[in-house]
Amino acid sequence: MQPSAAANPMRLDLVLVPALLGLALVIGLIEAARSPDPLMVIQAWTFVACLAGVGIWFLKRYGGGVPADETGAYQNDVVKAGVIASMFWGIAGMLVGVIIASQLAFPDIFYFPALPELNFGRLRPLHTSAVIFAFGGNVLIATSFYVVQRTSKARLAGGSWPWFVFWGYQMFIVLAGTGYLLGITEGREYAEPEWYVDIWLTIVWVAYLLVFLATIWKRKEPHIYVANWFYLAFIVTIAMLHLVNNMSMPVSLLETKSYSAFSGVQDALTQWWYGHNAVGFFLTAGFLAIMYYFVPKRAERPVYSYRLSIVHFWTLIFIYIWAGPHHLHYTALPEWAQTLGMTFSVMLWMPSWGGMINGLMTLSGAWDKLRTDPVLRMLVVSVAFYGMSTFEGPVMSVKAVNALSHYTDWTIGHVHSGALGWVGFVSFGALYCLVPWLWRRDRLYSNALVEWHFWVATIGILFYITAMWVSGIMQGLMWRAYNDYGFLEYSFVETVQAMHPYYIIRTLGGLLYLSGALIMAYNLWRTAARGDVRKSEVSGTATAVAQGA
Amino acid sequence: MFSHGILERNSLLLLVGILVVVAIGGLVEIAPLFYIESTIEKVHGMRPYSPLELEGRKIYIREGCYLCHSQMIRPLRDEVERYGHYSLAAESMYDHPFQWGSKRTGPDLARIGGKYSDEWQRDHLADPRSVVPESVMPPYAFLTNTPLDYRDIADQLKANRTVGVPYTDEDIANAAKDLEAQVNPDSDGAADVTKRYPKAQVRDFDGNPAMISEADALIAYLQMLGTLVDFSTYQADAPENKR
Amino acid sequence: MEGLTYEQVAGFAHSWGMVYFVVMFLAVLAYALWPSNKARFDRAASIPLHDDESV
Repeated sequence: MQPSAAANPMRLDLVLVPALLGLALVIGLIEAARSPDPLMVIQAWTFVACLAGVGIWFLKRYGGGVPADETGAYQNDVVKAGVIASMFWGIAGMLVGVIIASQLAFPDIFYFPALPELNFGRLRPLHTSAVIFAFGGNVLIATSFYVVQRTSKARLAGGSWPWFVFWGYQMFIVLAGTGYLLGITEGREYAEPEWYVDIWLTIVWVAYLLVFLATIWKRKEPHIYVANWFYLAFIVTIAMLHLVNNMSMPVSLLETKSYSAFSGVQDALTQWWYGHNAVGFFLTAGFLAIMYYFVPKRAERPVYSYRLSIVHFWTLIFIYIWAGPHHLHYTALPEWAQTLGMTFSVMLWMPSWGGMINGLMTLSGAWDKLRTDPVLRMLVVSVAFYGMSTFEGPVMSVKAVNALSHYTDWTIGHVHSGALGWVGFVSFGALYCLVPWLWRRDRLYSNALVEWHFWVATIGILFYITAMWVSGIMQGLMWRAYNDYGFLEYSFVETVQAMHPYYIIRTLGGLLYLSGALIMAYNLWRTAARGDVRKSEVSGTATAVAQGA
Repeated sequence: MFSHGILERNSLLLLVGILVVVAIGGLVEIAPLFYIESTIEKVHGMRPYSPLELEGRKIYIREGCYLCHSQMIRPLRDEVERYGHYSLAAESMYDHPFQWGSKRTGPDLARIGGKYSDEWQRDHLADPRSVVPESVMPPYAFLTNTPLDYRDIADQLKANRTVGVPYTDEDIANAAKDLEAQVNPDSDGAADVTKRYPKAQVRDFDGNPAMISEADALIAYLQMLGTLVDFSTYQADAPENKR
Repeated sequence: MEGLTYEQVAGFAHSWGMVYFVVMFLAVLAYALWPSNKARFDRAASIPLHDDESV
């Protein structure tokens, strides 16, 4: 029952992980001591402090032998940690989003001349990175660790390596986020972290890939379930995109600043090849993996068509990778690349809707569950939003439409219908499923609170995207409006002024969405930390004993 | 029973399949851009940034200006009338990274150079709503009283040269001197700045000759944006400029 | 770079890219619809449903 280090004398990971952390600590201390760049010194001390914290945590976990969690059928603690981290970063990221939305709506109130750290230009990368990489990334890592174990019927490989992935990833978030506030950025959207943070993420990501693959290698199930295909495509492709797009030349190894390896038009295409596929493989493929596991699981029926899921997978990853240039319509990018990007973007509509149909039709014969199970409803509505934004995307990639929509809030609205509706809801659904499963509760603390979350968030999304549709299309039309004398009708700032009411509505929408997440956090906390819905102790412990033995 | 070898191979096959599919798409699309001369037009006037402009560009990036301002004028009638000649690929050939942007919460800045006075830029940066009441731009008052940190300006130029910007040894050796001279028209080095960096504007940009501030650098950068290419000699219809 | 012009590289990209795409798509379709694969896929589809929930 109490496995000790003696029962498992040679665990290589318990040597390698501390060695790697120790090496990182030395490098961090050298940077802190030697760098002439004050910002690098701050970042290095942050890094060192994080490593010290992780080191202490590591000692506490492994000091008394190997924990039972790592000898049972499945390793759950790291998934639990991921659930908590997801909720924490999700709320932090959404809060920053509400703040920057308020800045654009009420610049006189929400800007502080004495605090450049809180200006829009530094907070916006903090918002996008926090919601995409910190919230989304933690959801993906946690669910992938959960799903790959269940669908492989094998415990996570690597012992403490999954924990290295978890803590290493949190450190990446902290370094990147504090860096943005200090003004450390590579200046390319969604790839803002500087070269040394990129290197750290690369190490963490390689460990992640190996843990995931090695778990699949241990599997007792002949087939690799399709959700794992999507996870694998997400992990591998993000690695490739990250490495190519972040090639840069540091001014010196002791300085934060680096210069991108590419320039101008080549840099632009590489960046949007990265940027678009970060959407495709991080925010789509990864979360489709969640859909392919959690929707069937929650609905208690297999996916509508497994064959369709295979075609969905290959066509999606094939077509997505080409669509990047639609971010550069009418720019100095050569015409043929723009046309290619547009063509593939329109084609992308088909696999996307194939996937949506597959997700929705999984419920056929069980539609009544939507009435009674608000968590399942959240999952299903997320798939509907996926369908909506993957229809809107191809439309906006058509050059004639893009001429109007590009540079306007329409793009922001499109991104948020995907981010809030699809990524957010499918994540919430998965987290609502996971907490009772992991913490061994019969049910959530309150289904009524899930209902509240669902409706508050849905209304928030509607406020957000309709405000952005109106403001985006209106501003696009105002920019190109001519008066009777053949002159431009509006000065630029007149179009800014016209945005004001919509920026207020947008802020309100974001506030509602954030409120929903707070309701959720309370509900999950009550479910997990408080004993209100604890499983009948006897049966729960009995199963645990049976499994652990 | 299943042999472990085959299972492992299957997952690796899957991995390789994914990599092939995603790598080919990217390669086919991006690689041609590196092969071709005609991606970038033949123009007269493009030169690397002067050290002061480069420092200004660093501040532009640091403050996240690119998140609200584009530097890419599309060849659409209203944009050309509002902002000037559409942007050429050549105009960002020394931009590591590019700053084309994706959102115009504020106007395009590709040709902002020379459109407003230094005083206007200074006031506007310090308190945008004092000059444009409807603006939603953040205030940057700290720029004028923050001394510019250019201790490693020569290394900055060197790093740029490593990634392909044609700075000469002489440019690098004189980087700090050129930076200081560009804000001091009466200095001995002022003539060298315009010799090494044609069309560079030499003056005290922030109205405070006693200090080289971050505002000096940023305004120097803004005032040169879009002013380099000589459009009187650019022929859009020439075969080598057709894309 | 010698001998390769932009037009040649781009031309190769969009003609052979199309062929590559069609071949890929047909291969995937064949794999997914191949009758003898059906049993495997049916079993795979039910994997999430019979993983044991406790622990």
